[in-house]
Order: sequence, then structure tokens, then C-alpha cells
Amino acid sequence: MIRLLLALLLASPALAQRSGYDDASPETRAMQDDDSANPGFLWVRQGEELWSSCASCHGAPASLRGVAARYPAWDATLGRPVTLAQRIARHQGVSLPDDAVLALTALVGLQSRGMPLAVQTSGPMARVVADGDRLFHLRQGQLNLSCANCHDDRAGQRLGGSIIPEGHANGYPQYRLEWQSLGSFSRRLRSCMVGVRAEPYAPGSDQAVAIELYLAQRAGGLKVETPAVRP
Amino acid sequence: MPGIARSLLPVSLSLWASLAMAGDIERGRALMADRTKSLCVLCHSVPGTPAHLQGSLAPDLDGVGARYDAQALAAHITAPERFNPDTIMPAYARAEGLTNVNRAWIGKPVLEPGQIDDIIAYLLTLKDQP
Ligand code: HEC
Ligand code: HEC
Repeated sequence: MIRLLLALLLASPALAQRSGYDDASPETRAMQDDDSANPGFLWVRQGEELWSSCASCHGAPASLRGVAARYPAWDATLGRPVTLAQRIARHQGVSLPDDAVLALTALVGLQSRGMPLAVQTSGPMARVVADGDRLFHLRQGQLNLSCANCHDDRAGQRLGGSIIPEGHANGYPQYRLEWQSLGSFSRRLRSCMVGVRAEPYAPGSDQAVAIELYLAQRAGGLKVETPAVRP
Repeated sequence: MPGIARSLLPVSLSLWASLAMAGDIERGRALMADRTKSLCVLCHSVPGTPAHLQGSLAPDLDGVGARYDAQALAAHITAPERFNPDTIMPAYARAEGLTNVNRAWIGKPVLEPGQIDDIIAYLLTLKDQP
């Protein structure tokens, strides 16, 4: 039985996805575990202040439990998937500034903390997941590296001083000690792309959304950690 | 080993190649230590770099000067795919045939040929086996 389980685990990486949390130092993990020490909560509080303009339709933030775990989600009107940040940014004819979007995305993300990521991958989403898959495996930039070269094939090894995590996007927006700030998924994508000296995909572009969707399904049910803390 | 890296470059650079300069060990050492310029230590460990800043993605370069001559080092640095078609090591003199290069780097190789010669000069001093 144990051997069968082991064989299954080895054969199918989807059973053993490892959150960036598991690769972080004990100090960083402790910071994420304690809401009063997690700097991401400064943005959550800011989101709560901005929530007054959402409350008339949505009631309490807790009513949006589970929403973040389902994004990127298909938008039938636009005929393409949108990310949670995009959904929050343009809403009922209102366009919000970036810092408000970041704070509100943190607040809404927090409501799904502990829930497994579960995006739709069937129907019209299948094509977008396939696009994301292709981009994840595309060598690009002056250094000619794909996301998969590092995050699939070399996770757990060291690039310079940093442990390469599996690259799951289950804690965004997240506080990065290196940034000394909360940052969006777009910002993370930009860091890795600029790192290989590629031209970063614009936030909200088809490519960026496809990668975010691909990563969400690749996370294999890892739980939402928003606002995560990472080195 | 003047101009070794250059001898492996495309013909379009042959004019430059005729200038034939020898690599400079100290400049090479400084380049290797510069994580943002040569990038070598992101993947390799190299003598003199603090262990916690080195990568573990590639062979230790200590002793590489005993294993290879200048020509072989130049080949590894400018055409690593000759040794492993799936290599993750960038081809350091290459500027074409790449996808979605950042606009700041379009048409430019990671290192200039003279810098590669400097690095080769330095690598040839790494004779101790780890
Ligand atoms: C050369 C190696 C390398 C490549 C190529 C690379 N990354 Fe990363 N990535 C890292 C490292 C190292 C970290 C963590 C340390 C850091 O933040 O620098 C990271 C972090 C991440 C994270 C955050 C994970 C977490 O736990 O929060 C995501 C998401 C990510 N990468 C996605 C991508 C995507 C998408 C691509 C391709 C467009 C990509 N990466 C390409 C090295 C790489
Ligand atoms: C992104 C990763 C990466 C970077 C950056 C990198 N290398 Fe490498 N290098 C490798 C890997 C991996 C190998 C092992 C062979 C292979 O798979 O290509 C290698 C092999 C070598 C070898 C042959 C070593 C042996 O013992 O056979 C030399 C020499 C070398 N690299 C020099 C350099 C120098 C000099 C630099 C910087 C100017 C550099 N590398 C930058 C990944 C890298």
C-alpha cells in the first residue's frame, strides 16, 4: 500500500505540489502565520477602509469567501478570462487606481485563505490553459530560459543564494521581504521575466492572464495563503 | 590565448576579431564576481564567492582551468548547447535567434567578446581540484 502511494506520488507531481511557504525560512513562515506580524495586513486594513464603496452590493467582505480561489475566471461578456485584480480594477463602470486594487485584492484574497485553488479549466478555458502551458515552457529572453527550466526541473536547487520554489501563485498579493511591500502576481511575473532578460508581459495581457491561469491549475489544489510572506 | 573567444564568433565580427587582445585575469575575476554582469555564480560555484550566494545548478568551476584549455573554455561559454542540447547555460556571445528579448538587450550578447576573453584568462588560473 505504502509502495503504491509512493509510486503514485513519484509518478504524478500534481499530488505533491509544494507551496513557496515550505521553502521559506522559519522566520518568514512565522511572519505569515501571525496576522499581527504579517506586514501584508497593512494592505488588508487599507482594503477594509476602501470596502465602504463595495459594501452596498456585497455586504461584508466575508460574503466573497471562495471567490479568489476561482480566479482567473471566464468572463462571458468579454469572451475571455479575467484575473481577480482585473475584475476589481474595472467594476460597474468604475476604474480604480493601482494601490486601491492591490489593497482590495488582498482583502478579497484573504476571504479565501485556506481554500484550495480551483479554477475552471474546461470549456472555453481549455484553450487558455493550453496557451499558458506553452508560454510556461517557452524559452525566452536573452538568457533563453523557460519558467519550467527553473520551476519544474530545478525547484529546490539554488539560483544564486535563493532556493528556487515550485513557483506557485497561491498567495497573491503577497508581501516580499525583498520588495518591502505587498506585490501583485503581475509584479512577480515581471521579476522573473526581467530576470531572464525577457520583455515582461503587460499586466492583464492575454499572455499574462494565460500564465496566471495555467499556474492556478498547476498548483494542484494548494491552498490560498493570501497575503503570503516570501523572501 | 589572445582572441580565443573571438575565433568562435560569427564572421560578421571578424573585423573586431582582427584586433586580437589577450584576456586580463583581474578583469575576469571581477566579472565573475559580478552577479549581475556575468551571472556565472547564479548557477555555478566559483572560488572566492560566499557559499550562500552561489548557485547549485551547474558544476563547480574550481579546477576548471586544469580540465580545459582556452579553446574548450571558449566553446563552453559561447556554445554550451554543443555539450548539452538542453543546457540552461546561456550562449554568452549570442544575440540572435532568441525569443521575446527585453528591449534593453535586443541585439546584444550577454558579454562582449573581450569580456569573455577576460573570463577565460581567469578560469585558466583555477587549477585546484575542489
Ligand atoms: C532562472 C530561474 C527562474 C526562471 C526562468 C523563472 N523563475 Fe520564477 N522564481 C525564481 C526564483 C529563484 C524565485 C524565488 C526567489 C525570488 O523571488 O527571486 C521565483 C519565484 C517565482 C514565483 C513566486 C513563488 C512563490 O512561492 O511565491 C512565481 C509565481 C514564479 N517565480 C513564476 C515564474 C514564471 C511564470 C516564470 C516564467 C515566465 C518564471 N517564474 C521564470 C526563478 C526563476
Ligand atoms: C543559467 C545557468 C548557467 C549560467 C548563468 C552559467 N552556466 Fe556554465 N554551465 C551551466 C550548466 C548547467 C553546465 C553543465 C553542462 C550543461 O548542462 O550545459 C555548465 C557548464 C559550464 C562549463 C563546463 C564545466 C565542466 O566542468 O564541464 C564551464 C567552463 C562553464 N559552464 C562556465 C561558465 C561561465 C564562465 C559562466 C559565466 C560567464 C557560466 N558558465 C554561466 C549553467 C550555467
